[in-house]
Amino acid sequence: MIISIASGKGGTGKTTVATNLAVSIESGVQLLDCDVEEPNSHLFIKPSIEGTRIITTPVPEVNKQKCTLCGKCADICQFKAIVVIADTVLTFPEMCHSCGGCMEVCPEQAITETKRELGVIENGHRNALEFVHGRLRIGEAMSPPLIKKVREYTRADMLTIIDAPPGTSCPVIASMKNADFILLVTEPTPFGLNDLKLAVGAVRILGIPCGMVINRSDTGNDQVRQYAEKEKLPILMEIPFERRIAEAYSRGEMIVELYPEWKEKFRDMYNRIEESLQI
Amino acid sequence: MTTSKIGSEGTIMKIAVSSNGKTLDSQVDQRFGRCAYFIIVNTDDMSFEAFDNSSLALGGGAGIQAAQFVASKGAEAVITGNCGPNAVRTLNASNIKVFVGQSGTVRDVIERYKRGEIKPTDTPNVGEHHGMGRGMGMGRGKGGGRSKA
Repeated sequence: MIISIASGKGGTGKTTVATNLAVSIESGVQLLDCDVEEPNSHLFIKPSIEGTRIITTPVPEVNKQKCTLCGKCADICQFKAIVVIADTVLTFPEMCHSCGGCMEVCPEQAITETKRELGVIENGHRNALEFVHGRLRIGEAMSPPLIKKVREYTRADMLTIIDAPPGTSCPVIASMKNADFILLVTEPTPFGLNDLKLAVGAVRILGIPCGMVINRSDTGNDQVRQYAEKEKLPILMEIPFERRIAEAYSRGEMIVELYPEWKEKFRDMYNRIEESLQI
Repeated sequence: MTTSKIGSEGTIMKIAVSSNGKTLDSQVDQRFGRCAYFIIVNTDDMSFEAFDNSSLALGGGAGIQAAQFVASKGAEAVITGNCGPNAVRTLNASNIKVFVGQSGTVRDVIERYKRGEIKPTDTPNVGEHHGMGRGMGMGRGKGGGRSKA
């Protein structure tokens, strides 16, 4: 089973929920941090890193001796990654989406593959918990290809918990697609509600069952709860705005390890998700 | 047709200027790839044509496409405010001279060029995505809760 932890708004507590949920389950579980632009689950999980892989994506390289400047490659490219201008052909590797179209249409077979580095994937363990995350190369604009590579570590025989990036754009979709359940973490503020609605819209398009966690639940107002009721979104957990929780977070400590009652709450939440999917 | 000697740059006649409006009295748009209009001026007689910039709304590659556009119109030089690396590479490949860091009206910058007061560059003066501005959805929201009183 795959559970993606997402949110519209950033800073609502996705990582707190993802890491504490993963640690609460203890065995048969893996955590994939797909927030590759700024992964932070490892700050709490503190895994032993056992493997590091550099991930690349194919980009075109043109043999200028063979090129006749016909321009077919530039016509098919939707991203201006290959351009014929004046008496030359230019490639812009950082614009390339690696579709391979230019190589396919080149009548002279003048285009071959070279590589652009997307970032690295590191994997390891914390006790029985399997941990994987991606780190996007600084300067790299496209994160979905790296996120997809992180998700290739998904094991069918395990519970997979995905820490998704914030927002509703392509990296978030890449982190939610094909999940069995989406857990949306929100806060009871107008900003939280606004972005929650956007996230629910995206989840509904994907057609994946979802539920909510309200973080800092004793702040703000009641509008998020009213919205949840109206939209029939189950509220699976509420985390109050407690100083001890904030302090644990600020030190990179796990709430479920400091306060065992929270381990029970996270396990209960998991059981409720599992039950809801069996009905 | 006569070709007058112009400034220190010889005989360039067609110059593309990024502009906020459609006349010689419009202001130079500081963005190249995402300017509102291109005004292509014939320095010989100051006749000109204004074109909408179709790259303005492009998700990415606006500088490259804008460079291709001015090349297709036969411009031999570009005068603008800021020009990023992809646009500069494309303009260089087309042997189009690039003058950056300019402001004022289109007429002003053409006159400055004619007097030989501005120098071309072959390096970008801003990074990629510089002209994308705020509100393009590139940012990430990060917020914390405020402590209860």
